[in-house]
Amino acid sequence: MSPWIPFEWIAATRFLREGWMQTLLTIAGIAIGVSVIVFMSTLITGLQSNFLKELLASQPQIQLIAPDEIARPLRSGVGMIEAATVQQPAQRPRSIDQWQQVVQLLRERTDVVTVSPTVSASALAVRGDASRSISITGIEPDLYFKIVKLPEHIILGLPTLSGDDIIIGKDLAQNLSVSIGDKVNVTAASGSTRALTITAIFDLGNKGANTRSTFVALRTAQALANLAGGVSTIDVTLQDAYTAETIAQDVQGSTGIQADSWIKTNANFFEILRTQNISFGSIQFFVGLSVAFGMASVLVNSVIQRSKDIGILRAMGTTRQQILRLFLLQGGMLALLGSALGSALGGGLVLLFRAVMLRPDGTQLFPLILETQLIVYVMIGATLAGIAAAAVPALQAARLDPVVAIRG
Amino acid sequence: MVEVSPVVKLDGIRKAYNAGTPFEVEILHGIDLTLNPGEFVALTGPSGSGKSTLLNIVGLLDRPTSGEVAINSQSAGALNDAQLTKLRGQSIGFVFQYHCLITAFTALENVMMPLLVDNEFPNDAMRARAHDLLATMELTKWENNLANNMSGGQQQRVAIARALAMNPSLILADEPTGNLDTKSTETVLDMMRKVNIENKTTFLIVTHNMDLASRCDRIVDVVDGQIVAAPSKTLANTMRSPSAALK
Repeated sequence: MSPWIPFEWIAATRFLREGWMQTLLTIAGIAIGVSVIVFMSTLITGLQSNFLKELLASQPQIQLIAPDEIARPLRSGVGMIEAATVQQPAQRPRSIDQWQQVVQLLRERTDVVTVSPTVSASALAVRGDASRSISITGIEPDLYFKIVKLPEHIILGLPTLSGDDIIIGKDLAQNLSVSIGDKVNVTAASGSTRALTITAIFDLGNKGANTRSTFVALRTAQALANLAGGVSTIDVTLQDAYTAETIAQDVQGSTGIQADSWIKTNANFFEILRTQNISFGSIQFFVGLSVAFGMASVLVNSVIQRSKDIGILRAMGTTRQQILRLFLLQGGMLALLGSALGSALGGGLVLLFRAVMLRPDGTQLFPLILETQLIVYVMIGATLAGIAAAAVPALQAARLDPVVAIRG
Repeated sequence: MVEVSPVVKLDGIRKAYNAGTPFEVEILHGIDLTLNPGEFVALTGPSGSGKSTLLNIVGLLDRPTSGEVAINSQSAGALNDAQLTKLRGQSIGFVFQYHCLITAFTALENVMMPLLVDNEFPNDAMRARAHDLLATMELTKWENNLANNMSGGQQQRVAIARALAMNPSLILADEPTGNLDTKSTETVLDMMRKVNIENKTTFLIVTHNMDLASRCDRIVDVVDGQIVAAPSKTLANTMRSPSAALK
């Protein structure tokens, strides 16, 4: 008996030690539950953060878009409209008005990291008899590559862009039967045509993107789209991706230009994440609940088994509060030990998953990081749940009539 | 002449179960009893007469339906559960029939237990006190044994040592020798008597054993929930075993 450990701790540990088989089985039960929670939390977090990373690496967090052209009704006088039906005009490429000032304004914001003006246009890529419709994005590589991590997806060549260069996807390269250094003729919808040299081929892991997306220098795109000196979109990344919607609304309010956040444009993705989190939360809740009920059941049995001991302790002056604490402590100790073991087990499962679930090239399917914070939260949560689960048996023990208890 | 305050004073103790209902059963019907310091008293009576109920009331483990209980002149009636527990822990020691040691602890730790409960944190003084008490009970070499690994007689002596830990003025023993062989019974009885004489500790011993009862200073006989005229020591002597009568 250490002089630093109070009576309730001494008695709680001794009782647990004496019924060691029951204690071990209870700890094992808690450990299994906790390991499921730790492993699944890590898996879901890894999966979601990987999705988010992929998503954010392939698009800006905010995109400012040139306003649509609208038809104004013909008026013949104050309050008088002559044409009853107003037809929406076809949208031609338009530049964002005063885009340089808008870019400057955005760069001055502390919550903005990168601002990249771009030009988007549709065109036809022709090589010999083969032709494919493509989407051209005119970029300033130094800025744009900070937003879209295109260089990470380059499988052939170097991501450099001068006036006559183009970067294309691997499927378009196959369709046109071209490779690095080859030329393709690009004819934009405006009628402008340029012969561009392929400097790099990328693989974004998506056939549509690999077939349609191409990247050229900003000036080249401006020339092809007939937008000399203009830009059709301004791409933005932020310090905190999750503030995108608020900042987009703020920018739209202050500039009058439509600003779409990635949160708004990927609403379906967030709905999937939300559903996934609800499903996982439910699983966690029910796993935790079943473990807590199991533990409470064991402790209720323990109170029955220990009733004579409780009676003796009460006879020798132990208060009801001391008895209550003794059993709450047992619950807390079981849960703490179980959650520590469960965390280790969960960590082991994460390591096993990392070792077994690999891509064909031997790299990880997606990064799984076992966070210390998760372990701490799970252990604190499990211990509190253990104490809560012990509340009923502890109250039962504290309320035992000593006369009845001693009689057994 | 100095008047000595009684250790236990019971006035008109009644105890009924299911009180106020059609199923009310009164077990004790107005018990008056006084135990003075240093008395060694036997509480006898047939099974179901109310001895254990009376012992529980004296031990503050149970409350009477009516009547007054005072321990060391302190009235228990107005005390709440926590105050009653404190008074019980500090003034009364218990020795139960079935040894009732806590099996998760060693003999020494069992004896330390009342001190630990009172003080919260263990210390060397507690250990020394428990060690001395076990030495008095001639159990020094068993002090680190778990209770389960000791004989019935040894366990009962540990229980007596534990009852003495807080140096109480009163020890209540419920059939302390009920499960012991003759030799162990003698040893346990001798130990209790020794403590009674040396410490002036009052003992109230519930027993069916008239041999044991006859060796007490006084016999309180309970029949049908009432104290009847105490059997004389002579009568008790005639009722006890022939072997004891030869002593």
